[in-house]
Amino acid sequence: MIENRPGLNLLAHLVLIAGVVIVALPVWVAFVASTHTATDFMSGTVPMWPGPHLVENYSRMLDAGVSTSGTPPVARMMFNSLVMALLIACGKIAISITSAFAIVYFRFPLRGLAFWCIFITLMLPVEVRIVPTFQVVAGLGLLNSYAGLSVPLIASATATFLFRQVFLTMPDELVEAARIDGAGPMKFFRDILLPLSRTNMAALFVILFIYGWNQYLWPLLVTTDAQYYTIVAGIKRMADAVDGLPQWHLVMATAVLAMLPPVAVVIGMQRLFVKGLVETEK
Amino acid sequence: MKRTIFSNQLLPWLLLAPQLAITFIFFLWPAGQAIRQSFLREDAFGINSSFVGLANFRALLDSPEYLNSLQVTAIFAVSVTVMSMGVALLLAIAVDRMLKSARVYTTLLVWPYAVAPAVAGILWWFIFNPTIGVMPYVLDMVGYDWNHISSKTDAMLLVVIASAWKQISYNFLFFVAGLQAIPASMREAAAIDGAGPVRRFFDITFPLLSPTTFFLLVVNIVYAMFDTFAVIDATTEGGPAQATNIMVYKVYFDGFVGQNIGSSAAQSVFLMAIVITLTIIQFRWVEKKVEY
Repeated sequence: MIENRPGLNLLAHLVLIAGVVIVALPVWVAFVASTHTATDFMSGTVPMWPGPHLVENYSRMLDAGVSTSGTPPVARMMFNSLVMALLIACGKIAISITSAFAIVYFRFPLRGLAFWCIFITLMLPVEVRIVPTFQVVAGLGLLNSYAGLSVPLIASATATFLFRQVFLTMPDELVEAARIDGAGPMKFFRDILLPLSRTNMAALFVILFIYGWNQYLWPLLVTTDAQYYTIVAGIKRMADAVDGLPQWHLVMATAVLAMLPPVAVVIGMQRLFVKGLVETEK
Repeated sequence: MKRTIFSNQLLPWLLLAPQLAITFIFFLWPAGQAIRQSFLREDAFGINSSFVGLANFRALLDSPEYLNSLQVTAIFAVSVTVMSMGVALLLAIAVDRMLKSARVYTTLLVWPYAVAPAVAGILWWFIFNPTIGVMPYVLDMVGYDWNHISSKTDAMLLVVIASAWKQISYNFLFFVAGLQAIPASMREAAAIDGAGPVRRFFDITFPLLSPTTFFLLVVNIVYAMFDTFAVIDATTEGGPAQATNIMVYKVYFDGFVGQNIGSSAAQSVFLMAIVITLTIIQFRWVEKKVEY
């Protein structure tokens, strides 16, 4: 702050409060809706304060779900989302850190080509090449499996670049010291590089967990068996099915449950989250 | 470039193998397939396909539906970018004035980043639901009859609001970081010279913020063009009457629902060209060149 202007400070506070309200509005409305019964929406005026059916609606969705929509219980879908998000996050970190290690610490023929093969994945989001990718996964028999849900999304140029950047800033003396002590490349990787990149891995994990949990189009296509539905893709199926019957309170309860884990991760690990976000864009 | 390196020749390939395998199977091969299929036309049963040259591309450029989709995408991407960056910049400037409360406000503003685009779509769809939604109720009082199921404008507004809402937190964080990187001495010097807050913003803050702004511009356009598929699918499904049928949604719809593989592949190729251009722009102009 440069100078003291109480008027401007007040204005800034008002702007921020308005911002917070706008940002929170949809979630508040969804939360309120999820604590009422279907009949409460019939009157035409939407309730703005929570009703008494919170426990009832949520436990019903977690245990049973909306059977008419063909979706499994929400607890099952949340479990699937969790598996998918963890597989994607851990898988991306694992394959990126080893390939960054190879690119930074070794000289071998065709190194440039390998680098560009990885770089190009940055330019090919799954939505763009959706039909042929689906055909490949179907051809490999990976439909309706956790592998089919996660493996095609695991390759990531961003994570490789991040680790490459981290490794490049590490002092050369580390390798020399390790060499003198007789450590081979894998020992150096395990005992020196991995511990030193721990915070980067954690920050990246936060971003990738959110990325994996929030996947929509891919799970929608590769899962036709309800046992493998993820919650984010399942909501849409639920909303479609209840279109005739206004069961908005149940859909909104699912929506709240769908955003709870990633939002909790962002708020709980805000420092790591911001670090991860800024680093992955470098 | 490292000065000290290991001399193994086989090991680096083993380390690279998982990533290269996945990249090849799920990225390069499908992308190649999309390019190949864009030159083919399948018969109605999908058994035979014949080489048709550039016919798929020509058909696209002649198709009023595709041209409409291009236009819709442009309007959508620009609106989402302007709206989410505008709101985020305003909030970031306000937070920049705060000393003690900055952290609390930041926490309260960043969490929508974690909300899935599909969920964001569902939430706003509910708020704007013509029969039971909050907003149509409020709009009705000022005499506006909101209906995104029949009105093209309303449908576009709905998807723009839902997509921009989700992106505010991302832009906000980068604007705050950008503002903090501007040396306070510059603004202090301007203040001593008698420049008021508005003048200081336009003469100092905004120009110095331009690298951040430009970077966010590219990121937001990419977001609006490719990551908003879920918002569209969860709300309008491209309708009414193609009003929100953005390009990435049309690729999916023509390929999976319409089963027109050749046309969908040609659209994929166009989209790949756009992403590649945007990525190159991002790396060139933001001066974060990939040096190998």
